[in-house]
Amino acid sequence: MSVNAAKLTNGPKDPALKKRTLWRDAMRSFLKNRLATAGLVIILVFIFMAVFADLIAPAPYYKSVLSDNLKPPSWQHLMGTDMVGRDLFSRIIYGARTSLIVGFAVQGIAFLIGLPLGALAGLRGGWADFAVTRLLEVMTAFPSFLFAIFLMSILGPSIPNVILAIGITSWIGVCRLTRAQLIALREREFVVAARSYGADDARVIIRHLLPHALPPLIIMLALGIPTAIFGEAGLSFLGVGINDPIPSWGKMISESLGYLRVYWYMGLFPTLVIALAMLGFNFVGDGLRDALDPTMYNV
Amino acid sequence: MGRYILGRLAGLFSAFILVSMLTFGLMHSVPGGPFDEEKQPLPPEARANILRKYGLDKPIWEQYLRYMWNAAQFDFGIPFQSPTETVTALIARVWQPTLQLAVVVILFSYSMGMLFGILAAIYQNTWIDYAVTAMATLGFAVPSFVIGIWMILIFSVTLHWLPTGGWGDPVHYIMPTLVYSAAPMAMVARYTRVNMLEALRADYVRTARAKGLGERMIVLRHVLRNALIPMITVLGPMIPDIATGSIFIEATFRIPGLGRYFITSTYTRDYPMIMATILLVAFLWGITYLLSDLTYTFIDPRVRLTGGKGAK
Repeated sequence: MSVNAAKLTNGPKDPALKKRTLWRDAMRSFLKNRLATAGLVIILVFIFMAVFADLIAPAPYYKSVLSDNLKPPSWQHLMGTDMVGRDLFSRIIYGARTSLIVGFAVQGIAFLIGLPLGALAGLRGGWADFAVTRLLEVMTAFPSFLFAIFLMSILGPSIPNVILAIGITSWIGVCRLTRAQLIALREREFVVAARSYGADDARVIIRHLLPHALPPLIIMLALGIPTAIFGEAGLSFLGVGINDPIPSWGKMISESLGYLRVYWYMGLFPTLVIALAMLGFNFVGDGLRDALDPTMYNV
Repeated sequence: MGRYILGRLAGLFSAFILVSMLTFGLMHSVPGGPFDEEKQPLPPEARANILRKYGLDKPIWEQYLRYMWNAAQFDFGIPFQSPTETVTALIARVWQPTLQLAVVVILFSYSMGMLFGILAAIYQNTWIDYAVTAMATLGFAVPSFVIGIWMILIFSVTLHWLPTGGWGDPVHYIMPTLVYSAAPMAMVARYTRVNMLEALRADYVRTARAKGLGERMIVLRHVLRNALIPMITVLGPMIPDIATGSIFIEATFRIPGLGRYFITSTYTRDYPMIMATILLVAFLWGITYLLSDLTYTFIDPRVRLTGGKGAK
């Protein structure tokens, strides 16, 4: 709306107009979106916490002082201590590292598997498309979270195992979207035109197909990260996620369950950071969606 | 159409076989069975007898085939955790709390979601609309167990109004229902709002206004009816999800339902129970996906299931 208005009033005389690209426009409308900007700030804070945990955290995440257990928040322990006397504030800071590693790694797997498979189906068609479509159909009915729990109970708790258990079904959406995008794009006029003047496959894919298929995939990536973070927190909450003593927000919540009556802070702080992280990533994802592709409301 | 349904059923069937084979294979490929030395110290002969009784001494493909043959006749074996009953009986028993909660959740989330959606649309761009949108965002993004902890902290720990968990009395329904309803309610509210806004701008509403009908009549007579019919399609896919329960809710509020038993089954490697639960959920989901796709085609004829390249 505002972009159109600017176009009308400024006219072609505006020198800024020449430099307008999809990305520049997207960035402008993203930054105008207050929720999206707030989400971005939240994410950056969490990334900062994850990267510099060793410098920020007042205590190592594994350091347990048994005589100091179950202490309420104080200046020494900003968020109190848990049942074995570990500083909760430090564990929450290190927990950001666990969450983000899982979030990004799972999306890495999702794109590593989903992108080539989807591209194969979308570009080749024929038997490849048939095989991938059947596979997608089968995976849609797959009870992914139950299976992840079951898989974790077999593999045992650890960060790589959590990434594997969640990642194994995470590529379905990416694959379906890539396939659908490429099928829709490959019949479009500009692709046919490119082919008619003799562009080879590589050039068509890199110059014409990828740039158009990219925005929805970026949105899918942005919304996939919180889903994976939620998956890790969920598995850890159920007791089949991250191994001790590595901190995980989900595990901290599940540990707090038996203590909530008296030691309320054990449950409050980890739930707050999870909620903040989930909201931050979702705001950014929604903001990107509005900025990059106003016509797409349901991925 | 018939060909399409047959194709989808074939897909469903292969999904089912794949899930069962993967689960079965993985379960038996790992060390650590239910009758391990450290769990139950038994003389070797007694262990051999037990293994023979449960068929665990046979090669794995034979065990699988036998399992599936029995499963086709609704015989899912005997759960290790409760050997006096069958898996079918155990699932029927532990599914009851889950289903009882599910009925309440579906009724609550659907009626409240529609109410909020309608209010948000009628009072578009007022604080009511913003509050509903904020609630919907929260309900979507924040995990249920996080909201559950907040509820416990507010209503049990601070106000002492409600028990922190447990099952049996009507009071035990309150917090799980509120928490479990958050996500579906958010979805229903969002869809209702969009549908209502569309209907409010429709030509027949303008006609109704033009002929001087009161706002109340317009909403009740024209808008609601047209806006709420599409909501049937949203209900369908929600049912199996809610009916199989939320493992998180059951863990947070200590409800002895299907999800909680699934977790304890994975801890104790109760193969028959794990297998049956996964198969049950896969089956329900698969059927529902199919049914909801079919419902769309009946309600919206523009959706074509068969057809040329790139359809769907």
